[in-house]
Amino acid sequence: MFAYTLRRLTQSGFVLIVMSLLVFLGVFAVGNPVELLVNPQADDVEKLRATIALGLDKPIYAQYLTFLKGAFTGDLGRSFVFGVPALELILAKMPATIELALVAMAMAIFIGIPLGLIAGLKPDGFIGRSIMAGSIVGFSLPTFWVGLVLIMFFSVYLGWLPSNGRGETVSVLGLQVSFLTWDGIAHLFMPALNLALFKLSLLIRLTRAQTREALLQDYVKFARAKGLSQSRVIGVHVLKNIMIPIVTVIGLEFGSVIAFAIVTESIFAWPGTGKLLIDSINQLDRPVIVAYLMVIVMLFIVINFVVDIVYSYLDPRVRLGQSSGAGH
Amino acid sequence: MEARTLPIDAPLKEETPLRRIASEFAESKLALAGLAMLLLVMTIAILAPFISPQNPYDLAQIDLMDSKLAPGEKSTADKSYLLGTDDQGRDMLSAIFYGLRISLGVGVASTIVAVAIGLSFGLMAAYFGGWVDTLIMRVVDIQLSFPAILLALILLAVFGQGVDKVIIALITVQWAYYARTVRASALVEMQKEYVEAAKVLSLSKTRILFRHLLPNCLPPLIVVATVQVAHAISLEATLSFLGLGLPITEPSLGLLISNGFSYLMSGKYWISFYPGVALLVTIMSINLVADQLRDVLNPRLKK
Repeated sequence: MFAYTLRRLTQSGFVLIVMSLLVFLGVFAVGNPVELLVNPQADDVEKLRATIALGLDKPIYAQYLTFLKGAFTGDLGRSFVFGVPALELILAKMPATIELALVAMAMAIFIGIPLGLIAGLKPDGFIGRSIMAGSIVGFSLPTFWVGLVLIMFFSVYLGWLPSNGRGETVSVLGLQVSFLTWDGIAHLFMPALNLALFKLSLLIRLTRAQTREALLQDYVKFARAKGLSQSRVIGVHVLKNIMIPIVTVIGLEFGSVIAFAIVTESIFAWPGTGKLLIDSINQLDRPVIVAYLMVIVMLFIVINFVVDIVYSYLDPRVRLGQSSGAGH
Repeated sequence: MEARTLPIDAPLKEETPLRRIASEFAESKLALAGLAMLLLVMTIAILAPFISPQNPYDLAQIDLMDSKLAPGEKSTADKSYLLGTDDQGRDMLSAIFYGLRISLGVGVASTIVAVAIGLSFGLMAAYFGGWVDTLIMRVVDIQLSFPAILLALILLAVFGQGVDKVIIALITVQWAYYARTVRASALVEMQKEYVEAAKVLSLSKTRILFRHLLPNCLPPLIVVATVQVAHAISLEATLSFLGLGLPITEPSLGLLISNGFSYLMSGKYWISFYPGVALLVTIMSINLVADQLRDVLNPRLKK
């Protein structure tokens, strides 16, 4: 276990360095931000001064080394546009994204698993087949278009829900959250549903497949033969066993929910990190783009690591370290 | 000789693999409907310049006076448009036909190249094993641990806009799926006797790889590739919607939707709604076909 953890950490560190190099070189190869940042009427002297002030006059490798040195002390550079540390900017927007992602994940879990269970118990019935058909539609719908249709229906046609922003927030432990005010919930509902839809379909399909497989196992037949009630067989024996792969997928998908929040946040003008990224790309605010990507890569490494560890605890059959990475 | 049970004059259809697949595929009406829809969409995409009511990118044919007309609404010149017009006065139906062409083209082109790359690396990893395998699969594992949309966004933030750049980004995010699929099935195939026999016959490595292993690794690859075309089209539309994909000179469905987004709040829904329907129909018909193909080509599900 210890050797495995150590090897994973080394590998993660390596991935982080490689990603930082790729992202840094890539992002810094495009466009000259000075052209966008100084007054168009500025003369060459002023442009040169701005270039030096931003540290853009140094060769790329020197800029990268400066960045790496800073990164180890938690300094990912200053935003060209806002003049504040990029990391601070991202961390300030992070609670909004995390809140959106958590609510979307909760929606997917609390709707998807029961529906998947029903579809798995009655795969040939009308309800089971309708749920499956619904999940195919959910898979096919592009996220951004669903967002538009939601706005079209709930905001424009019915006029029930607001189409942008976070609404009223309250402070909990120093973090601003929306889900505790009615106005906040009204703002949160559509983006969260939009973000949840794809994962919802995924969980329906996964739960259905797992349920069907579990029902054929001996322990279920045995439990039934013992005369246990249907609700006990399903609620305790089946559910407990299908939870292992489902928990793994939920964990792994959390990172992708945060990545997909980029699209949802852009549509609903949700003030989170995804919208910040798109704005920064359009404004060529390099330090923020690089910092966002570093934070996200870090987040993914942590999530994958934690899921692997949790998985090995949940399922004693899994031995970590023997064939790493082949599990998912 | 009178007791012949089979009349000789009734032509006996020879059971070829292709015919078997076709007849099993046809067992699902839903899949057939998907296939029909897909063929229709493809025909429209190919014939767009001939069947569109107007060329939406020829400025001489569009009239600014006709901008933002609702579907069926009469213009000043007493013209009406089936699906309305956009902010430039373009006929939406024609814009969608042309958009389908670009969306499908980008999706299919990127998938073909990605399949070729993934296939080569997957076969190499399986056949040579050792450090070649470790290196290739490590790269694949790391890449697949990040969502495609994130990688594509990074690449396009670096490259900038353009059809070629979008295709490169789509190839980069997709090849790993194929490499993994091909490696997995090649590893299984390599245990089989026909490969051993080929080795005993001392056929060349390239001949074993391409004439013997490759054809047997194709079925799972075809399934993954079909699903991935739908993913690629959806991803391109998303990127274009975010303003990072195709340039305005090559409007795919995603860009048309994005273009209409700003008019959505004022109730002019048709500018982004109908391109979205076209996108949905395309993706869904591909998914329906892929779903059935998976069942037909998967020997484990054989009855």
